[in-house]
Amino acid sequence: MNHETIICRCEDVTYQEVVDAVDEGYKTLDEIKRKLRCGMGPCQGRTCLRLIARIIREKTGKRLDEIKMPRTRPPEKPVPLGIFGGKDE
Amino acid sequence: MNDVAVIGGGVNGCALAYELAKKGVRVTVFEKGYLCSGATGRCGGGIRQQFDTEDNIRLAMESVKIFEKMEKELGYDIEYEQGGYLVLAHSDEENEKFKRNVELQRSMGLNAKFLEKDEIYALVPILDIEGAKAVGATFCQTDGHANPFRVTEAYAKNAEKLGVEIKTFTEVKEIKKGKTFEIITEKEKIKADVVVNAAGCYSKQIAEMVGVKLPNKLYRHEILATESLKPVLKPMIISFRDGIYFCQHKTGQIVGGIGNPDEPSGINASSSFWFLEFMAKTITRYIPAFKNLNVLRQWAGMYDVTPDARPILGKTNVKNFFVVCGFSGHGFMVAPITAKLMSELIVDGKTSIPIDGLSINRFKKGMLRKEGTVVG
Repeated sequence: MNHETIICRCEDVTYQEVVDAVDEGYKTLDEIKRKLRCGMGPCQGRTCLRLIARIIREKTGKRLDEIKMPRTRPPEKPVPLGIFGGKDE
Repeated sequence: MNDVAVIGGGVNGCALAYELAKKGVRVTVFEKGYLCSGATGRCGGGIRQQFDTEDNIRLAMESVKIFEKMEKELGYDIEYEQGGYLVLAHSDEENEKFKRNVELQRSMGLNAKFLEKDEIYALVPILDIEGAKAVGATFCQTDGHANPFRVTEAYAKNAEKLGVEIKTFTEVKEIKKGKTFEIITEKEKIKADVVVNAAGCYSKQIAEMVGVKLPNKLYRHEILATESLKPVLKPMIISFRDGIYFCQHKTGQIVGGIGNPDEPSGINASSSFWFLEFMAKTITRYIPAFKNLNVLRQWAGMYDVTPDARPILGKTNVKNFFVVCGFSGHGFMVAPITAKLMSELIVDGKTSIPIDGLSINRFKKGMLRKEGTVVG
């Protein structure tokens, strides 16, 4: 892993960007999500949020169980709008 | 002027902190969560000037002037786009009303115009006018949208540069009123000469701490975001009859919501399947091509609604306790001008644009002129 390693694949966020955000004072996953969009893409943070939690732990000394996961947003997996009733119905 | 305590770290609290600091005031912002954790971070980011009351039109127009220069002034990319707002009319009655609105808006210098069906089609070919059951529309090119997180962060960072202290994860538990105010949090007690209540959906509770009663009621509003697309939709599309609004953000996703007329009052930030289904059905009726578009996330936020759907700004009967609340779903778009005017009122005692019509006293006098163009 280096500074250019992609942490959030949906939004192309690198390790360095996450580290910079934590250094800037964003020490919760909710804040980093809003600042960098990690967790807002198609995978809903399944890949990146645990990695980011570990970066926060390394930088702040917080325990992993103290780092709260952002609220899960339905529908959890990408679903076409038409599934819920398109014009064909 | 000495110390001002601003309660609420949303866009209005942070913008006000910045404007006050520019005037040389010492400011502390108290935010119970992180910045933007309330309504600001949950809003669609729309910036509209097409209202039907003079106060709201004037505030929105002045706000847009500030948004247009914001990237330069604050040194931040706020993802601002002026793609316009297309407001759909669904009946002859609505058409007539919209024509009157446009007349009022144009008399105030706003470049709004009325569009016939063929003009709507030319502007947004992807929109199914028959599906949307539209018979006309109004359009204003300088309306648009920006990223609420970026705007709030831009204000907060610039405020901090000017010496503002922003205390996140710091809930105000009590406000004691003596010769000055004492703000009591879990961690400390801080004195302030002036307190500004910009606490969004918590403003009622904060006002009660000093004995000020607000008539505001809270309503949940839900919203969703899709996957990102190439640019397909320039304007924000809204309809007051259907209660829907949606637009494409600069980052490509379609973001929008729809109101539930039966939504009970109260704090509730949970998401409902009812909303997802109703929004999907309505948006695919407007734009059938979206039926293959993946929805990624849905969430909810609170509207802080006043009896006339217009904000409450200014002084209260408690000396040096000011309110900036009750935006009824339009707090983001008018935050820049609200902050400017409130900083003038607090520091100079008068404002460059009159806001007396938005004072809390109007509810006692019973002189209400309800804003009729509320969406979502």
